[in-house]
Amino acid sequence: MANTPDYSWPPMEARKVIGQSPKRLDGPAKASGRARYSSDLNPKDLLFGVYLTCPHAHARVTSVDTSAAEKIQGVTAVHVVSPAGTEIQWQGTEVAAVAAVTEEIARDAVGAIKVVYEVLPHLVKEEDVAQAGARAKAAGEILKGDPAAAFQQAAVVSEGHYGIPVITHCCLEPHGQTIQWQGDSVWAWPSTQDVTHYAGQLGQNLKVPAANVKVKMDYIGGGFGSKFSPDSWGEVCARLSQKSGGRPVRLFLDRATEQRIAGNRPSAYADIKIGGGKDGTITAWESHSWATGGFTGGGSPPLPYILDDSNHPIPNKRLVHTAISTNTGPFRAWRAPNNQQAAYLTCSAVEDFAAKAGLDPLGVFKLNLQYAPKVRQDLYGYQFDKAAELSEWKKLWKLRGQSAGPVKRGLGLGFSAWGGGGHTSQCNVTLHADGSVQVDIGTQDLGTGTRTIITQVAAETLGLPMAAIKLTIGSNDLPPDNASGGSTTVGGVSASTRKAAVNALAKLFDAAAPALGATADQLEAANGQIRVKGSPSKSLTWTAACKKIGAAGKIAETGINDQRNPSRELISSGTGGVQVADVSVDIETGIVKINRYVAVQDCGLIINPRLAESQVYGAVIMGISTALFERRFMDAATGAMLNADMEFYKLAGIGDIGEIKVYMDIRPENDKRGVIGLGEPPAIAICAAVGNAVANAIGVRVPHIPMTPDHVLDALEGRNA
Amino acid sequence: MRSKKDPDRSRQAKGNFSRRGFIRGVGIGGGALGTGLLENAAEAAPATAASAGPGPVPITLNINGKPVNLTVEPRVTLLDALRNRLDLTGAKRVCDRGTCGACTVLMNGKSVYSCSVLAIDAQGKAIETIEGIAEPGKLHPVSAAFWNHDAQQCGYCTPGFVMAAKGFLAEHPNPNLEDVEHGLGGNLCRCGTYMGVRQAVLEAARTLKTQGGKNG
Ligand code: FES
Ligand code: FES
Repeated sequence: MANTPDYSWPPMEARKVIGQSPKRLDGPAKASGRARYSSDLNPKDLLFGVYLTCPHAHARVTSVDTSAAEKIQGVTAVHVVSPAGTEIQWQGTEVAAVAAVTEEIARDAVGAIKVVYEVLPHLVKEEDVAQAGARAKAAGEILKGDPAAAFQQAAVVSEGHYGIPVITHCCLEPHGQTIQWQGDSVWAWPSTQDVTHYAGQLGQNLKVPAANVKVKMDYIGGGFGSKFSPDSWGEVCARLSQKSGGRPVRLFLDRATEQRIAGNRPSAYADIKIGGGKDGTITAWESHSWATGGFTGGGSPPLPYILDDSNHPIPNKRLVHTAISTNTGPFRAWRAPNNQQAAYLTCSAVEDFAAKAGLDPLGVFKLNLQYAPKVRQDLYGYQFDKAAELSEWKKLWKLRGQSAGPVKRGLGLGFSAWGGGGHTSQCNVTLHADGSVQVDIGTQDLGTGTRTIITQVAAETLGLPMAAIKLTIGSNDLPPDNASGGSTTVGGVSASTRKAAVNALAKLFDAAAPALGATADQLEAANGQIRVKGSPSKSLTWTAACKKIGAAGKIAETGINDQRNPSRELISSGTGGVQVADVSVDIETGIVKINRYVAVQDCGLIINPRLAESQVYGAVIMGISTALFERRFMDAATGAMLNADMEFYKLAGIGDIGEIKVYMDIRPENDKRGVIGLGEPPAIAICAAVGNAVANAIGVRVPHIPMTPDHVLDALEGRNA
Repeated sequence: MRSKKDPDRSRQAKGNFSRRGFIRGVGIGGGALGTGLLENAAEAAPATAASAGPGPVPITLNINGKPVNLTVEPRVTLLDALRNRLDLTGAKRVCDRGTCGACTVLMNGKSVYSCSVLAIDAQGKAIETIEGIAEPGKLHPVSAAFWNHDAQQCGYCTPGFVMAAKGFLAEHPNPNLEDVEHGLGGNLCRCGTYMGVRQAVLEAARTLKTQGGKNG
């Protein structure tokens, strides 16, 4: 084999399995309840772990007395996480943990632990930056051009205040794991977005060699960016197991703790001023923004979103950002970190500017694409038009506040950008002499369909039906993959799988060529056969070809995608999307309803359209939930999270989402770019589009997400001017 | 805003926050609480339950057509009995407070939040869990419809949805879309699979009808 193999995808029209929509492979296991999540495991001699957490937002632990807990029959281990002297910075911080033979006994034991706290002053709210005092820290200022002069010359100047609150990940499967630490070996069954690196990180915390840590996870009940590391509970669970003589312990957070400490999206608030011409061209931008991501501050949305190419940005701008440290649970990556906030703040301000100028925001957004990255200007232009067409923008859009009657209808726009790319991934493909095919890869399927798309890629490459592929994922015994985050999984695993399968096939061609009287480079794999290109009658069945594999009994080949030097012939990064919300707002009750939601999304080459659409639907539905309902409520007086549950922390239900139209932008020029991840991009613009639609409907800006009746009625009555 | 909750289920959810603590305190079954379902349940409960606890008590549950003996404290929920004692883990513990529906099972054919029913109160009832609705290796038509319409991503909410859909279809064999949104309003999904769920439930209704109304 003289040439480097050609890994590139088959042309669109030649694809047999890629581009088809087989149902997700783990569907039957999930729909029948047979899928075993790590929180479902009941190994022999299982013990139950329960946490004691701190009720205060800021406190110093004075003493922890576990003696009564230890005496309770059935308790096997008590572990103090925050000993006397620890300063606690948010409610829900873990103080101690117990393992016991039943969960009820473990809860009793937790209740019997006596902790004395010295309660300290706290700050848990950040909506009003003026109240933050010394907890507010300057976090950057950018000045370009001469904004003061530009505002003076501007024919149109709009000003507004906007805010998007902290929300929680609220994964349905809480954070946690089942762990057995026996002797020098640790077996871990976590709920993680990173199976490959879990062992190394846990091992380090436990001072156990990573080689002694076995990790296995078949299913995960949601992560959304919040489940990357073993966390403190991984270590605590292991220690409980060790202290209990090596019996396995299952420790998953209860819902209240999950809501308080296991992940949230930072807030973002801003006062934004835009100046520009009568035609809608923006010439000046000024924003004062602030945000909290918990005690460490955090959260700095990139403003102005998208309309900020480094070579041709809005010519005059001033940005000032403030980070506020609060005594609240720490933020974690949340499906497109900082992008949802940036999209909301920017798109809201641009819509207000268009309204002030008396212009259609569709035209204003398109006009100002001159400030977007050059490579995407045409893409966005196309997508704005497509979204307008699908939402019947021309027919339904009216100037702000022109909708008649008590139930007002409005349309609003939002747009998004995301990178993606492919994470570092290794795949092994083994062709056995009996014809069976094994694909091994240490990745995880978050419900995005990773199992299915890996199998499709292998089947396409080998010319076999999907059923002929035996795929194994979800263990650190397998070739290393990487964290599923940033929409990089599909890129990583599709590239590594394609390469491994092409490499294996090349070896099979070598083995089969003599029998076909041809050279290896004259062969192809199709329809379950190895055959001579151009003379399909000269062929071997797949099984017959595999019988030619020599004494080794198998061909085992590897394929690697390296994130730093990605497989450009297969994958790329960079997507854009435009979305339109069509809402009705009852101005008597303040209730907002989604009539229709349109999402136009580019994502490069699509391996499985059904699963890709499910990703977009899911992102939009989650976004609608955040736009209409979700908000973490903190109590200024006690420092407590008031809705650390699912009754008052509201998620959208099946009747709350209206009609959703997804349009995948798979024009050939997008397909040519290769595979690009899709987890993040469609989740970005929903708050922006919904917020703008509400403003368009009722004629005034509702500054703060979510669009709940209290916020809507406040805006209508001018209470938050 | 899950305002469209099945009225029966809203009643179960009420008062749930204090129920377990209260029951533990008085050491008896739920009859004294006077909250909807438990009240009804108490009428049918065996007399012995009235003096059960506070320690573990032997109980018999009728699960998927078979009697199962186990010993639990009276405070143990049906959900925890299924998941932690009987290794029936299709029902999931998510909110543990009667809000999300992930723990849905059928009790005498009606869907209930098993996190909000005490195991001792489930005695004498026919309990159906997702493990019991299809032969091993087979899919119940409702499960199949969820697969067909990709009404699942992470899948953690799915078993609860399937059971809620099964219970719903038993009472509403000819639903329209609005009925489905109303009837399944007591289940929550974080991954956003509702588009698929709508179609899945409508398809399941059609399939069950062509199979002569046999719903498992
Ligand atoms: S776990 Fe029972 S309703 Fe949520
Ligand atoms: S599929 Fe993940 S919660 Fe519903």
